[in-house]
Amino acid sequence: MTLAYYPGCSLQGTSREFGESFLAVVEALHIEMTEIDDWNCCGASSAHPVSRDLGVALPARNLALAAEMGADELVAPCAACYSRLAAAQYHLAADTDLAARMPGILGRPLPPALRIHNVVDLLALHAPRIEELVAARVDPPLLKDLRVAAYYGCLLVRPNEVTGFDDAEQPTTMEAVIGAAGASPVAWNMAVECCGGAFSISRTQSVVRLGRRIVADARAHGAQAIAVACPLCHTNLDLRQAAMTGRGKEPLPVLYITELVGLAVGLSPAELGIKRHFVDAAPLLAELAGKAEATAASAAAPAAAKERA
Amino acid sequence: MARVGVFVCHCGENIARTVDCAAVAEALADHPGVAHAEDYKYMCSDPGQALIKRAIIDKRLTGVVVAACSPHMHEKTFRRAASQAGLNPFLCEMANIREHCSWIHEDREAATAKATDIARTIAEKVKHNVPLETIHIPVTKRAMVIGGGIAGIQAALDIADGGHEVVLVEKDASIGGHMAQLSETFPTLDCSQCILTPRMVEAYQHPNIKLMTWSEVDSVDGYIGNFKVTVRKKARSVDADVCNGCGDCMAACPNRRTPSEFDAGLGTRSAIYVPFPQAVPNTPVIDRANCGRFKAIAKGIKKEVCGKCATACLKGAIDFTQQDELVTEEVGAIVVATGYQLYSIGREQPEGLKGYGEYGYGEVPDVIDGLQFERLASASGPTAGEIRRPSDGKAPQTIVFVHCVGSRDPEKGMSYCSKICCMYNAKHAMLYRHKVHDGRAVLFYMDVRAAGKGYDEFTRRAVEQDGAEYLRGRVSRIYRDGDVVKVVGYDTLGHEPVEIDADMVVLATAMRPQPGIKELAQTLSVSYDEHGFINEAHPKLRPVETNTAGVFVAGACQAPRDIPDSVAMASATAAKVLALFSNAELEREPAVAAVNEATCIGCLTCERVCPYGAVEAKEIRDRAGNVVRMVASINPGVCQGCGTCQAVCLSKSIELATFTDEQIHSEIEALAFWP
Repeated sequence: MTLAYYPGCSLQGTSREFGESFLAVVEALHIEMTEIDDWNCCGASSAHPVSRDLGVALPARNLALAAEMGADELVAPCAACYSRLAAAQYHLAADTDLAARMPGILGRPLPPALRIHNVVDLLALHAPRIEELVAARVDPPLLKDLRVAAYYGCLLVRPNEVTGFDDAEQPTTMEAVIGAAGASPVAWNMAVECCGGAFSISRTQSVVRLGRRIVADARAHGAQAIAVACPLCHTNLDLRQAAMTGRGKEPLPVLYITELVGLAVGLSPAELGIKRHFVDAAPLLAELAGKAEATAASAAAPAAAKERA
Repeated sequence: MARVGVFVCHCGENIARTVDCAAVAEALADHPGVAHAEDYKYMCSDPGQALIKRAIIDKRLTGVVVAACSPHMHEKTFRRAASQAGLNPFLCEMANIREHCSWIHEDREAATAKATDIARTIAEKVKHNVPLETIHIPVTKRAMVIGGGIAGIQAALDIADGGHEVVLVEKDASIGGHMAQLSETFPTLDCSQCILTPRMVEAYQHPNIKLMTWSEVDSVDGYIGNFKVTVRKKARSVDADVCNGCGDCMAACPNRRTPSEFDAGLGTRSAIYVPFPQAVPNTPVIDRANCGRFKAIAKGIKKEVCGKCATACLKGAIDFTQQDELVTEEVGAIVVATGYQLYSIGREQPEGLKGYGEYGYGEVPDVIDGLQFERLASASGPTAGEIRRPSDGKAPQTIVFVHCVGSRDPEKGMSYCSKICCMYNAKHAMLYRHKVHDGRAVLFYMDVRAAGKGYDEFTRRAVEQDGAEYLRGRVSRIYRDGDVVKVVGYDTLGHEPVEIDADMVVLATAMRPQPGIKELAQTLSVSYDEHGFINEAHPKLRPVETNTAGVFVAGACQAPRDIPDSVAMASATAAKVLALFSNAELEREPAVAAVNEATCIGCLTCERVCPYGAVEAKEIRDRAGNVVRMVASINPGVCQGCGTCQAVCLSKSIELATFTDEQIHSEIEALAFWP
C-alpha cells in the first residue's frame, strides 16, 4: 500500500493548525505517506456549481497524479477536499460518458480507483496504534475522563453513496477514535446537523443560529470539548462561538480530531498549533494537566509511603 | 409412422406482430412426420379448438403441437380438446412462440425463423410421446392451520363448518394474535376484542377444531392430500386437563416484573401467566426463562426453589417436570397464517436491515410504536385506556405520529408499503383526541393511502372532525430535550423545516413477517420473497395458493394486510381446502420420474439430490425371499417432476415421463438438422 497525501489549501492557510497537527500525528503514528507533487485546487464549493466537468476534472487531476506516483490510497484531511475527490471518483465510475471525456480534458489517462481516506477513517484504521502509544506513555494519561462531543457535520458522511461512511445519520467512527485516544465520547443529538457551511461570511446570523444549537446541545450533554475534522466546521463553531454564547457562559473549545489524538500520544499543544484557536483551549488543557498530575500523585503516594517504610 | 398436427396461433397480434405465423405453418407442413399444419388467429377460442379436434379425427393424428403461448397458460385447454377428440391428452404439447419468441424479439424475419425452430423441436419431441394416464392419490380430509390470529381462526372455523376436522396450531399460550392487542379497529372504531373474542371462543368450542396452543410445527413430510406434520407441544408446565383457570398460581407468583408481550413491553406479568384475561384456552404457562425455579435449575442449583404456584394450586395442576412433546398429525392440506411482527426500529437489526438510530426508539422512553399505543388506548392495557406517556405517566398534550418508519424506505431494506399504517395513525389521532380533548395530534406522512371501503372517509373524519394536523414530509431526527421530545422534520408542502416539542411520539413501523418464517417456509417447501413474506402461486389469479400443492397462505404472512383482507384471504383458503376435500381422490399429472429397476445400480445418488424426498431405497428379493440387491424407488405421489434425479443418474436408469432422454435428444437433433 502506498498512501498519497493531498493537503488542499485550508491546511496551509486558515486551518494551519489542522495541517500541523495532522502531520505531527502522522509522524507519531509512523504512517508513511507522500505529498502529491504539483497538486491543484480540489474545486471546493465553487467549481461544481459552475461546471460539472470542471468540478470533476479538478479533483480527477489530483487523483491521476497520485496514481502516477504509484499510490493506491490517498488521504485528504480537509473534509471538503475529501468530499470533492470522493465525489469525482464516484461520478467517473457511474457516468461512462463523463469518464470518456475526462482523459481529453486532463491530458492524461483516467486514474484507476483509489481508496480515498478522510482523516477520521484513517485514524480509525490506526486506532490500535493510538491505543498502544497512549498506553505506553510514562506520564499520566492527559485525556482520561475528558468528555468530547464528536461532531461530523455533513461532508464526511454525506452523501452516503459517495463517502460510504459507517452510517449517514448515526455515525460512530469518530467516537471510536476518541475512545482510542483515551477520552470519553458523549451521546448527543447534533453530530450530523448543519454548521452553516460556507455561509460564515455571507449570512453570519444563520451560522450563529445553527452553531448555537450545536454548542448548546454538546454542553447540555456534558461535553467539555467538541471534536471536528473539517476546517469549515471548525471555523463556524470556533470563530463564531463568541457570538453564539451569552456572556458568562464558559466557552467550549473546538479541537481538531488530530489535535486530540496528538495530545493523547504525548505531543505538545505548541506542536499541534492549538494556540491558533479563537476559543482558548488553554484553561481546559491546564485543568486536564492538573487532574492528571493529581491522579499521578495519589497513585505515587502509597508507593512512596511503602518505599519509606 | 407418426402423423403429427401442428397448429400455429397468432394470439391476436401478440405473436403475429413479430412472427409470420402462416410461414411457420407452411414450413412445418413439409417437416417429416407432420400430417397437418395450419395457423389461426385465436387457437384457444372455441373455433380454434374445433380446428384441432377436426384435424385429429379427419387426419387420424398421432400427436399435436400447438405453437402458441406458455404451457402455463393453455396446455390444459389444448390437452382437454385433444382428449375430447379421442387422443390421449399427453400426446398434445405446446411450443412456446410467444413468451420465448414474439414478445422478446423485434426482427420479424429472425423471429419467424426462431418460431419455426421451436415448433420443429416440439414436433420431434411429440413423435416420442407415449400415452400416459393421470395419477390418482388418496386425500386425508383433515386440515392444519398454522397460526391462531384472526386469519388462522377464520380459516379454521370455515373449514370446520364445512364438516372437516382442523388442527389449529398456535405458538403462543393463547389464540387471538395481534388483533387481541388492538384497542379499536378502523374504519368503524368498534372494539377489537369485542368482535374477536366470540370467534376465539367459537374456535375453542367447535367440535371439529383441535386446538394446539404453545405449540410449533417441527417438521413436515408427505405431499398434497397426505401430509404428516410433526408438532412440538412445548412444555406448558401446567396440566391443561386438570387446570380450571382460577388464576391462583399467577397471584402467588413472586415474579411480577417480566415485561408483558401482550402489552408490548409497557406492562408487566408474572412468570406463570395467561397472556390476557380473555385468553383461549384459559390455561396458564410457565415462562421458564423468567421463572425462578427454572432459572435455578438452569444454573445447576440442586435445591428446589420457590414452587409457590404449585402450593397455591388447589387442583395440583402445576407440573414442573413436563417436557416438550412431539405429536404427529396426518392432514391433507395446510394453511399458513403466521401473521406479522413490527420492525424493531433501533440500531441493532437482523438480516441486514438498518435501524433508525436517529429516531431514539429504545433510548427515549416516550418514543413508542403503534402496537404500544394500541395498548395505551386499550381498556385492558397498562393504563386502563388512559393515554399516559411511559416516562412519567403525564397525559401528553402533543403527540407526533410518524408514518412510514421503515416502510417504503429501500435504504432501510423495506421497499414496500405496510398498508395499514395510514389507517391506524388516523385512528390513533382520533382516539387520542377523543380522550384528551385539548391535545394536539400531528401526523407526518408521505402519502395518505386510504384505499378501502369507508377508509378515505375515515381519514377525512380524523382531519375535519377530530382536528388531526397532517404535515406532509419526513422526520429527520427525534431526541429528548429536557422534558420534551423534539421532533425535527420538513413540511414539504409549506416548504419549511418544522420543529415540534412533543410529549410523546408514535412511530408507525413497518410490518415484517414473523421471525422464523423462513425456516417454516423451508419446512413446508414454499417460497418467500426477499423480505420473508410467503409467495403466492400467482399474484392475481392464485392469491392464496403457494407453489407447493396443498399448502395455502392467509393473512399478513403473505404481505402486509389489515383485518378485512386477512379474513377474506382466510375464507378463500378455506374454500380451496374444502374444494380439495370434496374429491375422494386427487388427480395428478403423470409427469413424474420412474426407475428402471433392471438397470439401477442402487447408488442412491438420486435419493440425496431429490429436493422433495420422493426417492427411497427398495429391496429386490428372489423367490426364496432373500434380498438380492437394492434399487432406488420413486414415490409418484411425492415426485414433482423436476428431473434432478434423471440428470444425476449414473446408470441412466431414471426417466421422467414427458421429458425422457430420447425426447430431449430428438429436440436437440431437430435444432441441429434443420438450419
